Amino acid sequence: MTGNAPAILVDKVTVHYGEVLALDSASLSLDPARICGLVGMNGSGKSTLFKAIMGMVKPDSGRVLINGQPPVKIRKEAGIGYVPQSEDVDWAFPLSVRDVVMMGRYGHLGFIRRPRKADRDAVEHALERVELSDYADRQIGQLSGGQKKRAFVARGIAQGATMMLLDEPFAGVDKRSEATITRLLRELASDGATILVSTHDLHALPQLCDEAVLLMRKVLMHGTPDVVLQPENLAMAFGLDVMNRG
Amino acid sequence: MDLITLLSEPLSYDFMVRALITTAIAAVVCALLSCWLVLIGWSLMGDAVSHAVLPGVVLAYIVGAPFALGALVFALLAVTLIGVVRNTSRVKEDAAIGIVFTSLFALGLVLISVTPSQTDLNHIIFGNLLGVSMADLVQVVVLGVVAFAILVLKRRDLTLYAFDPTHAHAIGLSPRRLGALLLGLLALTSVVALQTVGVVLVVAMLIIPGATAYLLTDRFSWMLLIAPVISAACSVAGIYVSYYLDTASGAMVVLAQGIVFAVVYLFSPRQGLIGTRLAKARRKRAVALAS
Repeated sequence: MTGNAPAILVDKVTVHYGEVLALDSASLSLDPARICGLVGMNGSGKSTLFKAIMGMVKPDSGRVLINGQPPVKIRKEAGIGYVPQSEDVDWAFPLSVRDVVMMGRYGHLGFIRRPRKADRDAVEHALERVELSDYADRQIGQLSGGQKKRAFVARGIAQGATMMLLDEPFAGVDKRSEATITRLLRELASDGATILVSTHDLHALPQLCDEAVLLMRKVLMHGTPDVVLQPENLAMAFGLDVMNRG
Repeated sequence: MDLITLLSEPLSYDFMVRALITTAIAAVVCALLSCWLVLIGWSLMGDAVSHAVLPGVVLAYIVGAPFALGALVFALLAVTLIGVVRNTSRVKEDAAIGIVFTSLFALGLVLISVTPSQTDLNHIIFGNLLGVSMADLVQVVVLGVVAFAILVLKRRDLTLYAFDPTHAHAIGLSPRRLGALLLGLLALTSVVALQTVGVVLVVAMLIIPGATAYLLTDRFSWMLLIAPVISAACSVAGIYVSYYLDTASGAMVVLAQGIVFAVVYLFSPRQGLIGTRLAKARRKRAVALAS
């Protein structure tokens, strides 16, 4: 890490997919060890912003810096942990929970990715931390919604990620698991991890996040959750039906 | 005739020994690769690449280059064309695959029809298992060993790529490169299997073993063991049957794999249509007995 550079700096990033404008000069600066909620409706550019931060899409203009460096640097250090949206995962894939968590270690392993004892220990520790040790040998599809999310968080922990990106971590998750995941992420942040959470599940935000961002292709607002979640501000990002629904 | 003579008699012919070795190698390598193909959903891609290599193989024959080189060039050409058609027109991927591979396959057939040759190039299409020469065998062994080694050494990366390419990217690997590696291996493997079952049936060896193993286990590491074992066993069985019944050997190998898939599909204790019901009934009986 270099000096006091923000953990994530998104500087006037514009991204097109063909004719479609996904991000329009979006800017965002996030300090280390903070949890930030990314709020916006479908198509507001949340996934694209994640991809830009991970360096998966190249911005048409603007730049992304992670700890003051281009994203490729933190990727090479295996510093970014990613928790995918449930719909993006093939839950019938023949892997156990432990197999998936071990994939977090691959960035640290040699050419053929043969795990050593230290790697196996890291995996067991991560499983313990998300309280999935008893489920380690289950096929990943045979977990509940919340357990599935925790398995992927464990992958980030085993990886030693200093930055976690979570795509809709509360979708299809019951209240208890939601509380567990919230507690877990708060612990990780207090250990120094910077966490960005995309969600349209607004009620979970205040307990989880230090700050929130309203996204509608550009960053409309960035502040504390209670300010950002004011109905009149949400109306900007979601249109008026949110206010009607209460 | 006792069992030992039954099994050993064909081995007294050199061409049968060569046929068995070639098939076993092709079966094992194809089966390994098929595990990833069925999980990524690339079965159709396997079909496409294995057909599209035909003109490459014929051209390689004409200029006297190694078959594998021609096949590799045309496999990459096919994949590129499919991507271009899909991305730059409103045509969807399955249609793009269908257009590209049939066109290239047809080009191969046309090239065969105008190429004077001593060896019958039609053998590339339907395989010529019993006519495997020593040179063919050497090529199959070399390519097979290379493909096998790469698949086994890079199996963890390939599985990561199949399961979660975004995570692969996030930890500094290149999903694009891993995808290209898998396609390259697909081309290489197609060449290995051409010899045995021919272009038309290669795709069977590239799909059936992986799909069969997938119905039998929840662990990818087991799939990588089950698929090659089943595939090799089917191949050897298929060749013996074709020897004694005097049927087409390549087709017999594929038929054996199809039959094993059907049996597993019906009776697998985990996923099988009938197997799961039997298991349920057994559990019920056990509960009834206990109470």
